[in-house]
Amino acid sequence: MLYFARWKVVAILLSTLALCLLIIPNFVPESTRDKWPKWAQRHMVLGLDLQGGSHLLLGIDANAVRKNMVENLRDQIRRTMRDNRFGYTGLAIRGMSVEMRLREGVDTAQVLSRLRALSQPLGGLLGGTGQQSLEVTDAGGGLIRVTMTEASINERIRQAVDQSIQIVARRVDELGTVEPVIQRQGADRVLVQVPGLQDPTRLKELLGKTAQLTFRLVDQSVTPDEAQQGRVSADSEIVRGTAKEGGNQYVLERRIMVSGEDLTDAQPGFDQRTSEPIVTFRFNSRGALSFARATQENVGRPFAIVLDNEVISAPVIREPIIGGSGQISGNFTVEQTNDLAILLRAGALPAPLSVQEERTVGPGLGADSIQAGMRASYVGSILVVLFMIATYGIFGVIASVAVAVNVAMILGLLSLLGATLTLPGIAGIVLTVGIAVDSNVLIYERIREEWRAGRTALMSIDAGFNRALATILDTNITTFIAAAVLFFIGTGPVRGFAVTFGIGILTTVFTAFTLTRLFVAGWVWWRRPQVVPI
Amino acid sequence: MKLFPLRIVPDDTKFDFIQFRRISFPASAVLTLVAIAVYFLIGLNFGIDFRGGTLLEIQTRSGPADIAQLRSTLNQLGLGEVQLQQFGGPSDVLIRVAQQPGGDEAQQGVVQKIRGALGDSVDYRRIEVVGPRVSGELLSLSVLGVFIAIIGILIYLWFRFEWQFALGASIANAHDIVLTIGFMCVMRIDFDLTSVAALLTILGYSLNDTVVIYDRIREIMRRYKRMPMPELLNIAINSTLSRSIITHVTVTLALLALFFLGGTAIHSFSAVMMFGVVLVGTYTSIFIAAPMLIYLGVGAARAEAAEEEQTPARAPARP
Repeated sequence: MLYFARWKVVAILLSTLALCLLIIPNFVPESTRDKWPKWAQRHMVLGLDLQGGSHLLLGIDANAVRKNMVENLRDQIRRTMRDNRFGYTGLAIRGMSVEMRLREGVDTAQVLSRLRALSQPLGGLLGGTGQQSLEVTDAGGGLIRVTMTEASINERIRQAVDQSIQIVARRVDELGTVEPVIQRQGADRVLVQVPGLQDPTRLKELLGKTAQLTFRLVDQSVTPDEAQQGRVSADSEIVRGTAKEGGNQYVLERRIMVSGEDLTDAQPGFDQRTSEPIVTFRFNSRGALSFARATQENVGRPFAIVLDNEVISAPVIREPIIGGSGQISGNFTVEQTNDLAILLRAGALPAPLSVQEERTVGPGLGADSIQAGMRASYVGSILVVLFMIATYGIFGVIASVAVAVNVAMILGLLSLLGATLTLPGIAGIVLTVGIAVDSNVLIYERIREEWRAGRTALMSIDAGFNRALATILDTNITTFIAAAVLFFIGTGPVRGFAVTFGIGILTTVFTAFTLTRLFVAGWVWWRRPQVVPI
Repeated sequence: MKLFPLRIVPDDTKFDFIQFRRISFPASAVLTLVAIAVYFLIGLNFGIDFRGGTLLEIQTRSGPADIAQLRSTLNQLGLGEVQLQQFGGPSDVLIRVAQQPGGDEAQQGVVQKIRGALGDSVDYRRIEVVGPRVSGELLSLSVLGVFIAIIGILIYLWFRFEWQFALGASIANAHDIVLTIGFMCVMRIDFDLTSVAALLTILGYSLNDTVVIYDRIREIMRRYKRMPMPELLNIAINSTLSRSIITHVTVTLALLALFFLGGTAIHSFSAVMMFGVVLVGTYTSIFIAAPMLIYLGVGAARAEAAEEEQTPARAPARP
């Protein structure tokens, strides 16, 4: 146990040194570090609880996604039936299905095959699971039911989250924040972490809007009052105006002239004549073309600018708008035009997002926490070192060095992983100091026992290591299981704790098996002890 | 080179720990029942992680906080149950608002209202809002996590030792967790995600101790096949006693530093850890986990094996 081949000594010392060196980038100012090669830049990130900032967990409105899907399906079916001149009655949405009854004499088999053609295989080319997006069934008696499969709904929600992440990232970027984290969490959530943000109110306002912009013609065949009583065609619907607009009701065609997707740019500005705050926008070529055509055909008619199912304004088309650009006015404040421009530039969310969890830490508390954590670490370490030296003398010094190296290696590994250091994470390091010492205690106590049992000094040390290392492995694996579970269930700060604690266990085992042994072996070789000094 | 070795535990102790089980088992049984009763009578003080709601940590900018005035200001907002608590220094106040009826969206107004009412007279150090969906998931995930951890550890011990050891360690574990939860109920410590972290760490530490003693028991069992179980267990505990005490002194030193200097954010975490690791964990591994093996029939199986082998038992040397 006490003999080391030369290459092993070199390997142990080099790997330990390498791990310890990994902490250097953390102490270098960022400006210097940026000039280093990429691999040398890896460093720890301070958690939001230490540097201050905002953590928002946004949930996508899965019901809205479902509703949207099934409504699209209904429209698709209506179009298919009409295009093929199939007679039907009572087309309606029931849950995630669309049902209708075929008229007498319609060829059911042909309808079924046309409807089945609407279905698409799921999972793309590679992940082809053989599943379809739709299930078309003949319920008998001319009743046809088309159902969205659960798999296709989940697929759509997953896509919606992916799209949302991109849009959210663009909106957050507009706030000019440093290194925001935006990632998927679970099946239907988006996690947004913005370091340094003290008041997330504006961020939440920006993220809380779907920002679906449409330009639609006003249906003048019925008045809103008549429409209210149900006298409205299937191609139109009632849409309410914003409070600022006056809260009027409008009957709008469902058909969309142009949507926000076709915008290439949006900027806040002021109307040249009235100096009212407005948002100016530009369409891409497709948008410009459709808008030009629609306005040409409908000069003199009012159209509505609709944002998230609310009419912002409903101007009358005075002349064809062919330049591909325009402006939106609606009694805005300057700040509102700023936000609207951001939202329009970033694009619309596929479904509304709601804030399900919010944690914001001010910079004052973060700084206090770092200070407290540091102080606790220093004092804890010093107390432990003093106690170990008082108990074990020179062996205590070896243990203290091993523990110091241990902490350096934990920080080095955290840097390598680019892990986030949280306050509970610091607690995890302090606790590791306690547990790392335990491995030394186990070894030393075992050596003492062997010595008292009447062995020579060398034999005692050798046997002490031999027996204690098996125990150290057993105890640390059990503790590691707890840390691993914590890592998988924990989020944020708690996960930070699990990471440092788990890594601490690994480095503890490593140092016990290599460094401590090496030091003790070196001491034995140097002193040739006849007596165990503990 | 010899300094002044500090000997907390004298060499060659011969305490009869196993005899003590006649006291420790009933005592633990009673304490466990008390903890369960406390859980049902007082209940855990669920934090917003699990109950949902809003938490604000504020610091008044001028002088100490006037809790009474804050309370009357906040009660006018119509937010239902609002709790205020001095937290850390005299100007630090923790505000807890119960979950508002009406889903995730409803929670969002709370912070706005409070910010509106208190304005810039205070510094908002921390704001946490947890909606009903997230809190529900966090709770079930945490309960699941503790169970998975116990089962994972159980399986590992079963592989490494015999099933009796795994069972003994799990009973000891459950005992630790129940007592710690009882402690949190009595002390009104917020039960949140950090507490779950503390519980799992206690689990790990307590097992750490138990495994060290079990390891020694197994070793002595292999060496002395005829030694009666109580005597064997006593030797195992006594020979690891010095290590148990020294390790706990070091862990306690680290925890004391965290408790007194680590800041308010991990104050309750270190308090729970101190109770679970230092008080309960050590006691359990010595007075519960080890003696339990007698009842789980570890000795009985061994006696038969010894008779079959007919190996002459050696007298135990020095422990």
